[in-house]
Amino acid sequence: MDEHVHKKVEIIEFGMMSPKFIKELASAKIVTPELYDKEGYPVDGGLMDVRLGVIDPGLKCKTCGSKLKECIGHFGYIELARPIIHIKFISVILDLLRCSCKQCGRVLIPDDKIKKAMNVLEKISLNFGVTERRGQVKEIITSLKTVSKCPHCNAKQSKVTLEKPSTFLEDEKRLSPIEVRARLERISDSDLKIFGIRPDSMRPEWAVLTVLPIPPVTMRPSITLESGERSEDDLTHKLGDIVRINQRLFENINAGAPEIIIEDLWDLLQYHITTFFDNEIAQLPPARHRSGQPLKTISARISSKEGRIRHNLAGKRTNFSARTVISPDPRLNINEVGVPKVIAMKLTVPERVTEWNLKFLKQFIQNGPKEYPGSNYVIRPDGRRKRITDETKEQLLEELEPGFIVERHLMDGDISIFNRQPSLHRMSMMCHRIRVLPGLTLRLNPAVCAPYNADFDGDEMNLHIPQTEEARAEAEILMEVQTQIISPRYGLSIIACKQDSISGNYVLTRNVDIPHSEAIDLLSYAGATDFSGLAKKEKHSGKEIFSALLPKDFNFIGKTKSGDPVIIKNGTIIEGYMDSANLGEGSGLLLRNLHKQYGEKAIIELLGNFNRLGIAALLKYGFSSLINDTDLSETARKEVDTVLSDAMKKVEKYIKEFEKGTLELLPGRSLVETLEVRILESLNKARNESGEIVAQNAPQGSDTMTMVKSGARGNLINLAQISACVGQQALRGGRIATGFKERTLSCFKKGDLGSAARGFIVNGFKSGLKPHELFFMAMTGRDSMMDTALRTPKSGYLYRRLANALQDVKIEYDFTVRDSAKRIIQFSYGEDGMDVSKSEGGTINVKKIIELTE
Amino acid sequence: MADVKKLLKEYEHKLPPSILLDLEKSLPEKITPARLKKIFERVYQEYITSVAEPGEAVGLVCAESIGEPGTQMTLNTFHFAGVSEMNVTTGLPRLIEILDGRKEISTEMMEIYLNDPFNKGKDIKKIAESLKETKFDEFISEASIDIAQLTMEIKLDSRKLEALNFEPEKLIKILQKSVKACSFKLEGDKLIVKMSEKDENINDLYKFKEKIKLVYVHGIKGIRQVLPVKRGEEYLIVTLGSNLKDVFKLEVVDTTRTRTNNIFETNKVLGIEAARAIIIDELYKVIQAQGLNVDIRHIMLVADTMCMGGKVSGINRYGIVKDKSSVLARASFETPIRHIMDSAMMGDRDKLSSVIENVMLNQVVPVGTGLPGLVTKVK
Repeated sequence: MDEHVHKKVEIIEFGMMSPKFIKELASAKIVTPELYDKEGYPVDGGLMDVRLGVIDPGLKCKTCGSKLKECIGHFGYIELARPIIHIKFISVILDLLRCSCKQCGRVLIPDDKIKKAMNVLEKISLNFGVTERRGQVKEIITSLKTVSKCPHCNAKQSKVTLEKPSTFLEDEKRLSPIEVRARLERISDSDLKIFGIRPDSMRPEWAVLTVLPIPPVTMRPSITLESGERSEDDLTHKLGDIVRINQRLFENINAGAPEIIIEDLWDLLQYHITTFFDNEIAQLPPARHRSGQPLKTISARISSKEGRIRHNLAGKRTNFSARTVISPDPRLNINEVGVPKVIAMKLTVPERVTEWNLKFLKQFIQNGPKEYPGSNYVIRPDGRRKRITDETKEQLLEELEPGFIVERHLMDGDISIFNRQPSLHRMSMMCHRIRVLPGLTLRLNPAVCAPYNADFDGDEMNLHIPQTEEARAEAEILMEVQTQIISPRYGLSIIACKQDSISGNYVLTRNVDIPHSEAIDLLSYAGATDFSGLAKKEKHSGKEIFSALLPKDFNFIGKTKSGDPVIIKNGTIIEGYMDSANLGEGSGLLLRNLHKQYGEKAIIELLGNFNRLGIAALLKYGFSSLINDTDLSETARKEVDTVLSDAMKKVEKYIKEFEKGTLELLPGRSLVETLEVRILESLNKARNESGEIVAQNAPQGSDTMTMVKSGARGNLINLAQISACVGQQALRGGRIATGFKERTLSCFKKGDLGSAARGFIVNGFKSGLKPHELFFMAMTGRDSMMDTALRTPKSGYLYRRLANALQDVKIEYDFTVRDSAKRIIQFSYGEDGMDVSKSEGGTINVKKIIELTE
Repeated sequence: MADVKKLLKEYEHKLPPSILLDLEKSLPEKITPARLKKIFERVYQEYITSVAEPGEAVGLVCAESIGEPGTQMTLNTFHFAGVSEMNVTTGLPRLIEILDGRKEISTEMMEIYLNDPFNKGKDIKKIAESLKETKFDEFISEASIDIAQLTMEIKLDSRKLEALNFEPEKLIKILQKSVKACSFKLEGDKLIVKMSEKDENINDLYKFKEKIKLVYVHGIKGIRQVLPVKRGEEYLIVTLGSNLKDVFKLEVVDTTRTRTNNIFETNKVLGIEAARAIIIDELYKVIQAQGLNVDIRHIMLVADTMCMGGKVSGINRYGIVKDKSSVLARASFETPIRHIMDSAMMGDRDKLSSVIENVMLNQVVPVGTGLPGLVTKVK
């Protein structure tokens, strides 16, 4: 058994390391910039000292005795020859120097005013932050006019300035870090509190470094290149520079070198230590590799998206996962995922051996990793992992006993979490049951495309296998597809019928007569096992067949897409038909009511059956969209032509009026704007009218029209654009604007305001576009591409900010909504405490309840 | 009826006011007490089952519900809604603007409702026109400079004067108040402007000409464009530019309904609750205009979070995120180094009470199923 130590971190306290602490922490003092000796062994007291941890396999750490991956590494330290200012505390040091006496180190506020100042400051740091608090201290001092004279010891004060990046000047004279440190030391603990510094977590003089901790080698491992050469980490390079210059500085001081040389070396050391902390300081040239690329030092390692915090701490990688292309399979259940056998044989589920499953699991070991269903590893009670091979198989089978864990292949019905990026909402990660299938793609029911926003043009998705009982239980209870059917965004079904299943059910429920045997065929294809809903007669209407799937006591009143009533009484469709308004995603209450009344298990079955019934109906009767579905009859063509030419005439009339200046102004608009609005109006009207003509004249029984009418795919505008006229191309909220030379394209006259010259496309897609029309269309096409490309990062950032700001807001046990500091945001969630996904769009249907009690 | 009242009282603390109101409205006239009781019982049952459970991470659901449709919005800033409406910032840019809590917004707008009888259309055009900020250049029909005399001749627009009921003398008075160092003389419909002797320089005169054009004369400052609109039975004035404080001073204005789309201005004039209402309103409008469907609860939660501190704080590192109690949560958002440095100085303690810190430490997060603990006696 692997022993787990369960400890919980309660609190993390932040503070600064004192020089004393750094020395205590260190396991080695680093004295030489050399890394390895001639044999390639790490030098003692060098930066790769073996006491700092191990990065080579086989070696043991000299400090803790552990091997690679077990030893987390140990800090070292170097003694700095001269104090160095920590670049990240530079503004704090400056503020402290300015606000405290250079003689006695007291804050430049008289004792009797300190208490009052503290009250103000506490408020400021609560509302704004410490940086603002220090600014306020400065303001208080200026307002008290104690800038030039200490109120405690009457010493004269002089002005301290900072010459960026890290030199302090007092009255134009340089203030050495030694002096800075001495002054900071004089500031008393009680005065530090005024600045918002807690003296037990940081003393300001610690910000002027006298010793520098050397990070363990494990956080700056060297890589062995193919050529056998060793390539050191950026941090090691930087530390090498620091140690080298520090040694030189020591030597020069001891040798009594002239002050100027020492100063230069001191500055150089300051530069190296500054860039060690942050290589992106504005006034400093960044330290570079020989190749010229800047070194990645500590700050760069922590911050940004690729930094430690966002990349490794807030986001983690996982094992037991798979990713491939997806493809649809309507025969799968909605809560299933089809997994290829190759993947099923790589991913495993750990199963603990008990007396009762011993024999069952032995079979998996017998099958081994190459035969399905087999197993890949056995974990012994002592935590050892054994790979199952032909050699080890016999032994493992023999020693297998309760307490062992067998990592067996995936099998039908196992729990998995399925995901498609970008994971924008919780329905982007849902729990599916495994179904092992032949083939090489992950398969899913097309009904769950909507929540994942997936299509099959090459999309890939990820599959995760939870490895513990708790994880599986949570996935099953909280994340399985049926629990996610109602979207918490708007309280309606997000998993619903799509495309073919909608048009199929539409065709079926619009008065088709079907013989009994065929009806049974359809229903059994749909997955129904109980045919008692079907009356025993020779012919059935499509409505009856659909009704046979509904529960017997289901009542519903709704509307179709075109507004016709839909009435379902006692599980039979009395009136109306099925279309996207009732079966589709994000609309209608049919699925929502079924979900509420019959629960999760029933809805998954119902939805699956609806889906398959629709597809079965299409399979039975055939369904194809033809090009000549969009053909226009001679009369219709003429009608469209007259509508369009009328519109052109109207536009010309407006332009003439505009040129004469007799055009009637619209309220709040200039003459030019009025013209534009008028033209757009009449052109859009023409497009819509021609669309209507197309809709009226299209062959009514055609499958293309069926798709449009059922709401499965396409709309009237699409049809009109194909067969009649594409319409006005809009760019930046208006017609296509003229360029530099008073015209859009050189094939038009200058100053032409007519419809064609400004992006109105008279032709339909089928008849083909004129060159200038194609050009205008390309313009809007490019514009919309830009829109998409620019929108994605913008909305992504908005989302990240929202999620970060609101992630810890939750409902407490007293039903108030609070954040992590327990501050109340709402007394009752959404003013009535109701969950959107549990109620009918956030309300309780009182009228329905009143009716029910009748 | 007495029964209904009694039951309503009884359920006052069990059901939220909105449902009680709904109930009161939809109950039929004649009803037996038994059925009445049954109805109340049923509604209560229904309510209990649809209440959000403790531990529910409503904040995250809210962020998802607003963030996810954000990817479907257009970046297209301008939008014509009908013929007579104005161009307004909509879509994603407006959404970002609201959630950022920006002080300066790109299109400020007001909807000014009027008191009876003006809301029936009385004098609507005149009222609208008087609201508009008018600068001196609108009164100028022609302006010329006499180089020899170093004077400026301005021909006044009599039509404009008439429309606003302005005497030229009144205009001169206003001008004199705001521009000193010059004298005005009226000759017929011409206004002769002479500069005081000191600056006798043509360059200065040209500069002065531009300056005098921008002198504020009439109307409400900040209102750049006005448009009377009929909405339903009622007339109201839609304006571009906004100045809630000054508009409220007018007697014809219905101050209970007049609104601006500037959140900060609303907060300043009417307070934080009004600002919250405007945030909800504006967010909802943006989302609706894009044809998206988001429940009002999510929008309310964002608005409440933004207004929690008694001031409007945006959803960014200077607003809500800065007020977080956890150092690691702040550091994981933006500028991590700064947060860590500050915390080190202050000796901050992170109590690991929110989500992201616990993710970092591989611990159970305190939301949802991670919230409840188990208390047991150890023998």
